[in-house]
Amino acid sequence: MGKKVLMKGNEAIAEAAIRAGCRLYFAYPITPQSELIEYMAKMMPKADGVFVQAESEVAAINMVYGAAGCGRRVMTSSSSPGISLKQEGISYIAGAQLPAVIVNVARGGPGLGDIQPAQGDYFQATRGGGHGDYYVICLAPNSVQEFADMASLAFDLADKYRNPVMILADGLLGQMMEPVEFKDALTPEEILEKEKQHWDWCCRPNEDEPNHHHHEINSLEIDPKELEKHVLRLGEKYDLIRENECRWENYNVNDDNELLCCAYGTASRIVKSAIDQLKEEGKNVGMVRPISVWPFPYQQVAAGVGPKVKRVVTFELNLGQMVEDVKLAINGKVPVEFMGKVGGLVFTPEDVKAEIEKYL
Amino acid sequence: MRHDILCSGFGGQGALTIGKFIAKAAMAEGKFVSWLPSYGPEMRGGTANVSVVVSDAEIASPIVSFPNVLVALNQPSLDKFGPEVKAGGLMIANTDMCPNKLGRKDITEYYAPMNTIAKEIGNEKVLNMIAIGMIIGHTKMVSYETLEKDLSAFLLKKNPQLLEMNLKAIKHGMDLVK
Amino acid sequence: MQVVATRPKSLTDLQFTYCPGCLHGVAHRLIAEVMDELDIRNETMGVAPVGCSVFAYKFFDCDMQEAAHGRAPAVATGMKRARPDMHVFTYQGDGDLAAIGTAEIIHAANRGEHITVFFVNNAIYGMTGGQMAPTSLPGMKTTTSPYGRDVDDIGYPIRVCELLDSLVAPFYIERVSLLSPAEIIKAKRAVKKALLYNKEERGFTFVEFVSTCPTNWGMDPMKARDWARENMLPFFKAQKFRDKGEE
Repeated sequence: MGKKVLMKGNEAIAEAAIRAGCRLYFAYPITPQSELIEYMAKMMPKADGVFVQAESEVAAINMVYGAAGCGRRVMTSSSSPGISLKQEGISYIAGAQLPAVIVNVARGGPGLGDIQPAQGDYFQATRGGGHGDYYVICLAPNSVQEFADMASLAFDLADKYRNPVMILADGLLGQMMEPVEFKDALTPEEILEKEKQHWDWCCRPNEDEPNHHHHEINSLEIDPKELEKHVLRLGEKYDLIRENECRWENYNVNDDNELLCCAYGTASRIVKSAIDQLKEEGKNVGMVRPISVWPFPYQQVAAGVGPKVKRVVTFELNLGQMVEDVKLAINGKVPVEFMGKVGGLVFTPEDVKAEIEKYL
Repeated sequence: MRHDILCSGFGGQGALTIGKFIAKAAMAEGKFVSWLPSYGPEMRGGTANVSVVVSDAEIASPIVSFPNVLVALNQPSLDKFGPEVKAGGLMIANTDMCPNKLGRKDITEYYAPMNTIAKEIGNEKVLNMIAIGMIIGHTKMVSYETLEKDLSAFLLKKNPQLLEMNLKAIKHGMDLVK
Repeated sequence: MQVVATRPKSLTDLQFTYCPGCLHGVAHRLIAEVMDELDIRNETMGVAPVGCSVFAYKFFDCDMQEAAHGRAPAVATGMKRARPDMHVFTYQGDGDLAAIGTAEIIHAANRGEHITVFFVNNAIYGMTGGQMAPTSLPGMKTTTSPYGRDVDDIGYPIRVCELLDSLVAPFYIERVSLLSPAEIIKAKRAVKKALLYNKEERGFTFVEFVSTCPTNWGMDPMKARDWARENMLPFFKAQKFRDKGEE
């Protein structure tokens, strides 16, 4: 670990990715993630890595596909409209079971929307996003430090499950500077060791018979019986991920909570402030913050409902997308309310506090 | 102790930089900090602002809706954010760009012709350093020495003359609020 | 017993899935023979397209990736950048390369990616059942131009070699045809040149094959070749556009 530096989230995730062994990065400029692509343009050559500014997000994600098929640590990033364009490629990456990391510094939508922070991409991020039966492991940080820490986690999860991993941030986390402490960078030998786990299936230098290999990176199974087997295998993998990779944070969750909040990412920071303010006034409110939004920590959210909790309130920077998952988690035990803010606007701690007080 | 600082001005006046130097210095002194800029088209000519939080405790929300320190480098910033300053807070305005005063009795108001002073020091660019001097002179939220160390680290070799002007501007700002 | 002809090592044992009279098999074989002759099979990776040659990843006996429709040059870019010591080729049809993948081919060529692109142009969509291609000829009847390609409505066919020849970076661009043994021998020389330049890391290389689609043109294979000679070659002239290796 080094010393603390003050850095924008966009730059911190880029630096952390390079330290985590990412040596190939393909992307297309878009606000509010441009500092990320610019940081990569500057630093990748110094790390002996590859930076290509692609002709489109579509091309960028397909470059990721090609590099991931070679078993290398590869990343792309964009913001909401660009992530939509990448969905075709993400579906193919999931179908071909390739490890890759995608960063979404989300902004307001739909369509061109605006460039301010928003959480309107929750459905897209947590329900696969493209065509077909698949999921993307999706991590949602709420600070610059956590954003950076997720780089190595994302690459390790992508490797472990041979599945795309998305880090779902937003314009606020991308643009904000906070102190961040980086993990030590992997050495070239350590990176190679990580990549070697893929050598039994990826595209790489070959030999003559009897050691000749013919590796196919592919999501096509024209025989329905074969595709059925393939998709069922994917299903088993997703079950395993659901079992092992739920991540969450409990904030002030205790048996005396009068109310439980649920929020992720930037929204959870605001809710924390409101909970702190309420605490000073003697009101006891807790929050479960999903860190992995897929797999969603259903059990952990349910477990956060203490004996005195009469209601759960979900706070999101959208029209209420995660509230569906929270309702599934709570399963009718107590009413689930929702407060949202849209348009790229962010609610204030005072707004959140007032909403909570309605139910106390 | 938590300071919610809002710095605002025309793009190019250095409002975002005020926040950055305060945040860096506070971080060096072991405080929790966050720096959240407005971004987008206003970067290019409109009004730009930055929310900075300096705190002894972990920072939950980095958004400053009601600052206890406001730096307004132009009139639109003063008009927009002046009424939001918390009672007992501090407001610093650049009179060269703010002809109308705020006139609140429940906060401390300082007015200084920052462009004029900066020109006298030798470079109009250092006007934001005058504001920094005024902030730290009044609130003592970070020490002058920390700022000097930080500025020296990146300017001493690159532009010692500008470093000297920057430090002079900070000291001038501190004197203004004595 | 003397063996006079055998399957190239760079092809797998699988039987091709192409229609009788289709020239994809010829194009595959030329590429595989050249891979053998240049002894690059172990350092070569290929990208298959979406279209009739979608199963090319099964046929070439080297590591292969199957790309989304039109994206092969982007996938190849990622592969080449990930494994710079290896040689990468794509194999694409006219719908894949000249319609949905126009951006990818132009920009890969413009970057001068060190890859080889093999482009099979038979003026029609084969796999989906004979729809109009960006290279379908004026007046040509297809299932989506049942009254003949109306150039006033939908424009003229795209000449890809000419388009790429306007760029600075490409190293080698040639259009060949597969309509007769003599033309096939000439085509193999182009394939060899492209893959040799690829092996030597000279730059972006591109070979277009003027081909046929007997099934969707509704002709027997020999008539299809005659038709191509009379109708395609006048519009898509078989010629070398660029060879920086000979400048």
